[in-house]
Amino acid sequence: MEELILDIGRWLVSGLQGLGLSAAWADLVLLLVQWGCIVGIVTANVIVLIWLERKVSGFIQQRLGPNRLGPYGVFQTVADAMKLMTKEDIIPSGADRTLFVLAPMLFIIVAVMLYVVLPMGRDMAIVDLNVGLFYFISVGSLSTICLLMAGWGSHNKWSLLGAMRSVAQMVSYEIPLAFSLLGVVMIVGSLNLGDIVAAQQRVWFVLLQPVAFVVFFVAATAELNRGPFDMPEAEQELTAGAFTEYTGMRWALFFLAEYTNLVAVSALASTLFLGGWQGPLLPSWLWIIVKTYLVMLVFMWLRWTFPRIRMDHLMSLSWKVLIPVSLANIVVTGAGLELFRAMGW
Amino acid sequence: MTLTLHDATFALLALLTLGAALGVVLARNIVHSAFLLVLTFLGVAGLFLTLDAGFLGLVQVLVYGGAISVLVVFAVMLLMSEQAGQTNPPGASRFTRWAGGVGAVALALALGAAVCTTAWEPGSGPRPEAVAELARLMLGDYVVPFEAAAVLLLLAVVGAIILAKGEDGR
Repeated sequence: MEELILDIGRWLVSGLQGLGLSAAWADLVLLLVQWGCIVGIVTANVIVLIWLERKVSGFIQQRLGPNRLGPYGVFQTVADAMKLMTKEDIIPSGADRTLFVLAPMLFIIVAVMLYVVLPMGRDMAIVDLNVGLFYFISVGSLSTICLLMAGWGSHNKWSLLGAMRSVAQMVSYEIPLAFSLLGVVMIVGSLNLGDIVAAQQRVWFVLLQPVAFVVFFVAATAELNRGPFDMPEAEQELTAGAFTEYTGMRWALFFLAEYTNLVAVSALASTLFLGGWQGPLLPSWLWIIVKTYLVMLVFMWLRWTFPRIRMDHLMSLSWKVLIPVSLANIVVTGAGLELFRAMGW
Repeated sequence: MTLTLHDATFALLALLTLGAALGVVLARNIVHSAFLLVLTFLGVAGLFLTLDAGFLGLVQVLVYGGAISVLVVFAVMLLMSEQAGQTNPPGASRFTRWAGGVGAVALALALGAAVCTTAWEPGSGPRPEAVAELARLMLGDYVVPFEAAAVLLLLAVVGAIILAKGEDGR
């Protein structure tokens, strides 16, 4: 089981070379197939995730959630997806058409680009980049631009306000997010996600870096624009923020991208803090899926438990609490590392 | 000389960068110019990546693509008052247009001449890991200028806050 997926890859490469393709081209095809598979699985998985989110919210709010279509309402999101695909594509007459059309496409492209470096099992990162973690952070920061495009392109004050809010929020929370990861990077001495997983052979980093884990989790919730930090889409005040004017598949692309980001960040959390693909009995690629799903359930739990906080509280939480705490964590980690090194540990 | 995959990537990225840069100048709507500028930054980041300078390329994406560009777009949006379609008009007089064109061509020629006359020596031996090397330089050999720059930036941030709050800020 462990080697199943790697074997499929090897079989594909040898098959392509048998057809007369050079090794470099076969590897390129393999790269595209790997990426296509992960993107396909992750986006199709969104259908499950939305159903799960609605069921979890129903459970927490003591209602049933979707329950009409299929057992436990499992086909509800399939029906919703069908509806979204057949809806009329409306572009407001005052909109900046180019930006309006491009924004959702770029948003989902940025979201799926994150998966390139995530190790989804032993030796199963698509590209084993030596600065993988940094790649994840910097590519993730691009999604702010897409939200700005959507907010501006819609030519609607709620859209623009929502976009401004989410950009302010994401720019502020990127800092504690990156700082919280530095503790882990200092312990491992590498930005390669594979090395970080390998370093957790004996002890998970959530135990060595509990403060960093909490800061990362809070900052990631804000970065994903999820409740209790979903100010940018605060339905009661801004209708739907940057997405107000979007309908049908264009809106669905935003939704898809948000959940794709959720999976990516959860997978990153389990890679950095929860031992990644390491675990007993089950094959490595199953372990990362299990851990990712558990992290996602915690995100959902938080979203439906806490009320939304005010915008200024949100900003002061980032600048006055999370950033100092993550900076202190870096100093303490550095001092601890030197201390252990001095003791010859 | 045959065309390799590397050359094709370079050509695509160069076209993208130059096209986007031209778009920044030619677009009539200044918001479009700002977003095209982001694309230019990303194109340059791609060029860094093709040169095996992964870390620099990602810094380019994070700092220019994710942060500076947001600042540019924000400033443009907040200061814009006219009709969006005419916010980035071409140069007012014929003279400025010609002067700009001639200046750009002269700069391109000068840079091209510099590139052609320099004797490029391909590095030999194994390359040191870029991140570790950068860290050693910034936090070792050049730690004083690095810290001085950090203090300067901190002062700028404090100054900006004071300016934004007003003199008698609460």
